[in-house]
Amino acid sequence: MGNKVLMKGNEAIAESAIRAGCRHYFGYPITPQTEVAAYMAKRMPKIGGTFLQAESEIAAINMVYGVAATGRRVMTSSSSPGISLKQEGISYIAGSDLPCLIVNVQRGGPGLGGIQPSQSDYFQATKGGGHGDYRLIVLAPSSVQEMADMTALAFDLADKYLMPVMLLADGTIGQMMEPVELPEAREPQFTEKDWAVTGTKMRRAHHIVNSLYLVPEELEKKNFERFERYARIEREEARFESFMMEDAEYCVVAFGIAARVSKNAVTAARREGLKVGMIRPVTLWPFPSAALAEAAKTVKGFLSVELSMGQMIEDVKLAVSCSRPVSLCRRAGGMIPSPDEVLTKIREMAGGYER
Amino acid sequence: MANVTFRTDLCKGCGLCVSACPRGIIKLAKDKINKKGHNPAEITDREKCIGCACCATMCPDCVITVEK
Amino acid sequence: MTVFEKPKSLTDAEFHYCPGCTHGIIHRLVAEAIDALGIEGRAIGVAPVGCAVMAYNYFACDMVEAAHGRAPAVATGIKRSLPENIVFTYQGDGDLASIGMAETVHAATRNENITVIFVNNAIYGMTGGQMAPTSLPGQVTQTSPYGRDVSVAGYPVKVAELLSSLDGPEFIARVAVNNVKNVRNAKKIIEKAFQNQIEGKGFSLVEVVSSCPTNWGMTPDNALKWVEEKMIPYYPLGVFKDRSAGKEEDKA
Repeated sequence: MGNKVLMKGNEAIAESAIRAGCRHYFGYPITPQTEVAAYMAKRMPKIGGTFLQAESEIAAINMVYGVAATGRRVMTSSSSPGISLKQEGISYIAGSDLPCLIVNVQRGGPGLGGIQPSQSDYFQATKGGGHGDYRLIVLAPSSVQEMADMTALAFDLADKYLMPVMLLADGTIGQMMEPVELPEAREPQFTEKDWAVTGTKMRRAHHIVNSLYLVPEELEKKNFERFERYARIEREEARFESFMMEDAEYCVVAFGIAARVSKNAVTAARREGLKVGMIRPVTLWPFPSAALAEAAKTVKGFLSVELSMGQMIEDVKLAVSCSRPVSLCRRAGGMIPSPDEVLTKIREMAGGYER
Repeated sequence: MANVTFRTDLCKGCGLCVSACPRGIIKLAKDKINKKGHNPAEITDREKCIGCACCATMCPDCVITVEK
Repeated sequence: MTVFEKPKSLTDAEFHYCPGCTHGIIHRLVAEAIDALGIEGRAIGVAPVGCAVMAYNYFACDMVEAAHGRAPAVATGIKRSLPENIVFTYQGDGDLASIGMAETVHAATRNENITVIFVNNAIYGMTGGQMAPTSLPGQVTQTSPYGRDVSVAGYPVKVAELLSSLDGPEFIARVAVNNVKNVRNAKKIIEKAFQNQIEGKGFSLVEVVSSCPTNWGMTPDNALKWVEEKMIPYYPLGVFKDRSAGKEEDKA
């Protein structure tokens, strides 16, 4: 313990996944996440695992579906356009109640977009992405350390709730190098699960992994059961970081790389005497709505800082029931706001809403 | 002697067994309707059955069991 | 002594297929192979989207339902996770040769150690009879109402020939289920496709030329005649590739 190594964010994901007992990785090259695949290609054959470069992101996510159906830990990673391709498979995995990890190291969009960092897949990650009523648990790391920690957490949450978990990173955190303390290595678990396909061994009735229910009453029941599970997750798994919020009169809301920039801006604002704090959603779904609603009781306004045209801001407004003004600091297309830009917005918010 | 049994309720009356039978001893029972609403296949002359299982081989619904 | 009965590795569920649909025969042949090789306990099947979408109810082994065309990718994941199990897909022509062509070709070229049962009935049955990638030139379907015009819709895909041009796959064959003799031969070939997997030889695909009386608008008998007269001349039967036997192409 206490041993830090210098790693790229993408590599930290890969190593942490292996340490979490994941022995199956399927992917397709796309910038800026390819280091995950490259790392897996090197390591998996040495430890009896599977690395397979699939013919497409669609094939990769369906290979993930296959392994997940057998009850083993499995993951894929991609970046925005590739994640769009995976949506079909993600919907099937969610509809079959299977656990897996999907990593999205976001880049600018829409379309082919660019290869610079972005957070513009927030809607896609948190509001569905594929067809049908389903959720993903969405974790938003803001450091290389969190890339490692949240990868391990993602596998545990996926297994606990039998659903896909998405690690929603961005090109900056994927590419940056930082010292990281890797989680302890765990051996893969091969415990029999009462839903997994492993062969009946002629000792039990056959297991069927499936998302097809032609009788609407049955399909509705499945959806309601799933949403009971989702409700429990919303109650128990919302995570956030609170920064300088004790006496804050204004609250910045930001996740991932935007939160790192915003932290500097908040610190600078404090030096100017502005009572500003920050709430950083760590889980984007479930969104830490309760924390924001609580903050709304005391702060005068919110500022959502995003690497998108403004997506999370909708959840911030919902969380505070529009009881306080919510302004937006945004950059898009691969641009990152500077601490000064955020600070300017903080000043505007503080000045604008001063009684 | 061969013995052929039809699980009549599973029969969809497609007639593939009728054409497959080299002895011409299977027909669709026009005077009977099974649970599915089809005229089920039946054997007309058990004595002539040679147990070749051609009927069962062509049956898409596993209706037919053949014993010898 | 029983000389013919329903195979053990089929469940008691009644097939939902139309009268005279040869899916039932092909299901039975797959189950007979599973029984003969004694592999039901370690078999895992992958069902497609199409008429056989509910195949998971019919096979007594563990089953997974895949998205349209993705069965070979799903089977790849299962086989990589559980290499000792016997993994097979059961797919139709739209599933395997249209929307899932990439997954098919790449599973074949990787020589993925799985067994693929490919049912070619030259039509989309489940959705009500649209043109398939294997519909014959001139064939009338709901989406080729004037007959398949190859200048507009292109030519049918000959899957067995296409895949046997790859270096990867172990075994590629085409059989038919239009008469007793062909069904009995199909049984042998399907069993071999599973035996290959048991022996670790790799990707084995059996294309089964079959019929769709309902959407072809024919009696079951006439549909099988159409298989004989129209389908088989376009889709010749035989073993196209059997690498271990040193056979690259041998049309029977």
